[in-house]
Amino acid sequence: MTTDLYTLPFDRISHDDFNRVGGKCASLGEMTQAGVAVPPGFAVTTEAYAAMLDHHGVRAEIERHLRGIDAEDLDTVERAAHAIQIRIRSHPLPEDVEAAIRVGYAAMGDDIPVAVRSSATAEDLPDASFAGQQDTYLWVRGADEVVNHVRDCWASLFTTRAVAYREKNNIPHIDVLMSVGVQKMVNARAAGVAMTLDPSNGDRTRIVIDSSWGLGETVVSGLVTPDNFVVEKVLQEIMDRTISDKHIELVGDAALGQAVEREVEADRRRIPSLSDDEIMAVAMLAKRLEKQNKCPQDVEWAIDADLPAGENLLALQSRPETIWSQKAKAKPKHPFATGMTSIVGTLTNPLASRK
Amino acid sequence: MDAQKSMFPSAFDVPAPKGGEDWQGLYPYYTNFQPSRRAEDDQKFWFCNSQHWPTPLRPFDVIMLDFAIKCLGQYNTRHLLVPPANGVDYRILNGFVYFSPVGVAPEDIEARVPQFMERAGHYFGNWDDLLANWKTKVLSAIKELDAISFHKLPEVEDLEVITGGKGLDSTTHLFENYDHAINLAYRIWQYHFEFLNLGYAAYLDFFGFMKEQFPTVPDQAIAKMVQGVNSELFRPDDEIKKLAKLAVELGCADALKSGTVDEALAAVAAAPGGDTWLKQWEDAKDPWFNFTSGNGFYSTDKYWIDHLDIPLGYLRDYIERVEAGEEIMRPTAALIAERDRITAEYRDMMDPEAQEVFDGKLGLSRVVFPYVEDHNFYIEHWALGVFWRKMRELSELLASEGMWDDPEGMFYLHRNEVRDVIWDYSQAWAIGTETHGRDVWNTEIARRKGILTALASEPPVQALNNPPEVITEPFTIMLWGITSEAVARWGAADEDSAGLKGMAGSPGVVEGVARVLRSPDQLSELQKGEILVTPVTAPSWAPVFGKIGAAVTDIGGMMSHAAIVCREYGLPAVTGTGNATAKIKTGMRLRVDGNNGTVEILD
Repeated sequence: MTTDLYTLPFDRISHDDFNRVGGKCASLGEMTQAGVAVPPGFAVTTEAYAAMLDHHGVRAEIERHLRGIDAEDLDTVERAAHAIQIRIRSHPLPEDVEAAIRVGYAAMGDDIPVAVRSSATAEDLPDASFAGQQDTYLWVRGADEVVNHVRDCWASLFTTRAVAYREKNNIPHIDVLMSVGVQKMVNARAAGVAMTLDPSNGDRTRIVIDSSWGLGETVVSGLVTPDNFVVEKVLQEIMDRTISDKHIELVGDAALGQAVEREVEADRRRIPSLSDDEIMAVAMLAKRLEKQNKCPQDVEWAIDADLPAGENLLALQSRPETIWSQKAKAKPKHPFATGMTSIVGTLTNPLASRK
Repeated sequence: MDAQKSMFPSAFDVPAPKGGEDWQGLYPYYTNFQPSRRAEDDQKFWFCNSQHWPTPLRPFDVIMLDFAIKCLGQYNTRHLLVPPANGVDYRILNGFVYFSPVGVAPEDIEARVPQFMERAGHYFGNWDDLLANWKTKVLSAIKELDAISFHKLPEVEDLEVITGGKGLDSTTHLFENYDHAINLAYRIWQYHFEFLNLGYAAYLDFFGFMKEQFPTVPDQAIAKMVQGVNSELFRPDDEIKKLAKLAVELGCADALKSGTVDEALAAVAAAPGGDTWLKQWEDAKDPWFNFTSGNGFYSTDKYWIDHLDIPLGYLRDYIERVEAGEEIMRPTAALIAERDRITAEYRDMMDPEAQEVFDGKLGLSRVVFPYVEDHNFYIEHWALGVFWRKMRELSELLASEGMWDDPEGMFYLHRNEVRDVIWDYSQAWAIGTETHGRDVWNTEIARRKGILTALASEPPVQALNNPPEVITEPFTIMLWGITSEAVARWGAADEDSAGLKGMAGSPGVVEGVARVLRSPDQLSELQKGEILVTPVTAPSWAPVFGKIGAAVTDIGGMMSHAAIVCREYGLPAVTGTGNATAKIKTGMRLRVDGNNGTVEILD
């Protein structure tokens, strides 16, 4: 069996596999292993990518294209990037890699719709999107399509922007390896993002949820103004709800074999996309993931319309929150008043008068 | 706001309700707003303390106002020298009580700090020993009160008075006993405040620290970390629950289910296991039924021990629930586990230096807080319960001696007028004539009752004059929930008709049907699951909290009784709404949001 070399199911991924499966898949693997409900799937490992590069001289060809680049001349970058992308997309995969992907996909069910997403190994770079990390193909169906989209994800390492960025920052192009996640498509009734701190002020006692109809991509990309819910993390109570006009949703179209954007009917636009029980379930999921990962998290989740209530909340991704966590570390410490001195301070300078 | 115009009216411009115009004569001169001091009094902000005095005071009941507020002040001003705060000034207007906190001049604050550190530091450093001593003092005062009795003056003095060469008559004891009872109440009120302000100070210190760490942390979360689960305030309710379970276990519950108190107790005595049950009932009565359905400040308060129908009513409810298979005892283990979880989770979000400070401040708060909760049982319930019983004895004695017809007549007199009445009774007895009072008091009491009825017909003005820019006096915030936001709400009252805003007293959101109750006598009207809407609740209402879906009060802060008990029972509470009982009618559907402190009227 070659399957564990080139593909690795989520339930066999541990944190040690980070370099083989990238950040996104490693997180999905960890969640799966910890018993969090995650749509099933597998990672196409970086070994598969490396095998593709080493197949029929692809690596040498890419390097040749890259040598022709003048970083100051965007045309040369664009020409090289295009050529490399076409080369990767049209290249037949090594037989054992392609077989592994097909076996992995077949194991998930009979031609079920899946999401194919890139999972980069270089997440800590400042502008993560250069690596094509945002590349996501939704509602992909059939083994041929899956294989094609895995190639698309790999090719996204060589967008003009990504190539230019690496040139400018002296990052070796070929050392950035990419894994691809193939995950069962969620039939999202509602989806969105949950942060285990308040992104507006870094308040760690709050869990802030953005939610809208359909797949969460509309929320992540800012295509809709989502509903916003605030939950007190410790008391586990909903503190605030803002219901927005959610005018579009992204849903799977089985006939087209892709996710399509459509208008939300008038009577559904302004009603809450989550019930109170669902809000609490999302919040508790985020809280659990924060505890598991020992730092504030940014969680993508979805409510699956095909699953029964109580089992229909799925985690799609969990990653550390970075902005406020870094600020908190940089914050200067001020000494605390204690004992009687503090009590005198409390009395002479009551909270209500402090600014 | 127009600088010329005050947010609230001047005391001198508030008219008395029709028929109540002569109210000022009911109260001592020092409680009146004096026209000669108008300029000074109009400069101050006064808020109506309807939390502790929700209805117009009968003249005798000024005793509790006098003693409580004077004793609160003495600890701030003369014992501990709380740096920024002296006492709270008080007045009566149209029978209602108004407070104005008295600050210390900014230039004098610094000089009080070392003294406060030494004096308050001594209490904090020796808390347990001093508190044990406090309990001894209070119990001995209660014992002395209990020993007092008032007797009809004899037709003829006993022969021993002659043979023993005593040379003093029975009126001497009458005066001594009356004065002693008043003095014991005075002493008890001093004890009441000996620790209380320090308890609040330590709590506020922890509170402030938490708000600095997490600016949005709910007040109720901080309270939950500090609050005890074994407060003696819960004991009376727990005793009733235990009695209900015992009755069901022994198989004598049916005997208790109907009839008057006497009938039920007679029936249970004849039932199998009845002896065992009755013994536990008797044991529970003293001290735990010294429990008022009010707050102890009124002569009208009904104490369980004097009105056994009240605990019996609760007992019957509990028996029903036990028989339905419900677990009625408070889940103390779960409450402690929940408190530990909340504490640990906030602590985990702090950095290590903050965690150490957190441990220290929370530790002190937990040491002092049981007093903040328990003192209420010892003073307001137990000691004052005995005091009022003795005063009722005296009033009934004087009624039986023809001073007035109403057995409660004495409470329409000021405590110093009562001394005159005792003199009247004594001199008439000694001289061998009729008292003068029999020709005076019935008419006067009827007149005073008329005035009080008129005063009670209109709700009080919530505040007087202009509030300060920020309200900072810690005890005012803590005890009465008077914050800058609350005052702003009063000023803007009645603008939004669909909802009310108050304090988020206890978390959770519930929808249900309102039951508006203005007096504890109506408690039996409550149906299971209803939302209790009331001016203010008292600890002895605890048994109804097992039945209701949520609580909404006009008055009260995060440490008000309703908030504490709702947190205990896991029910949402919104306190200090100002006018919930006026805006909400029984039967309305409400949505009570105890997380945000809002009440929405749904239809």
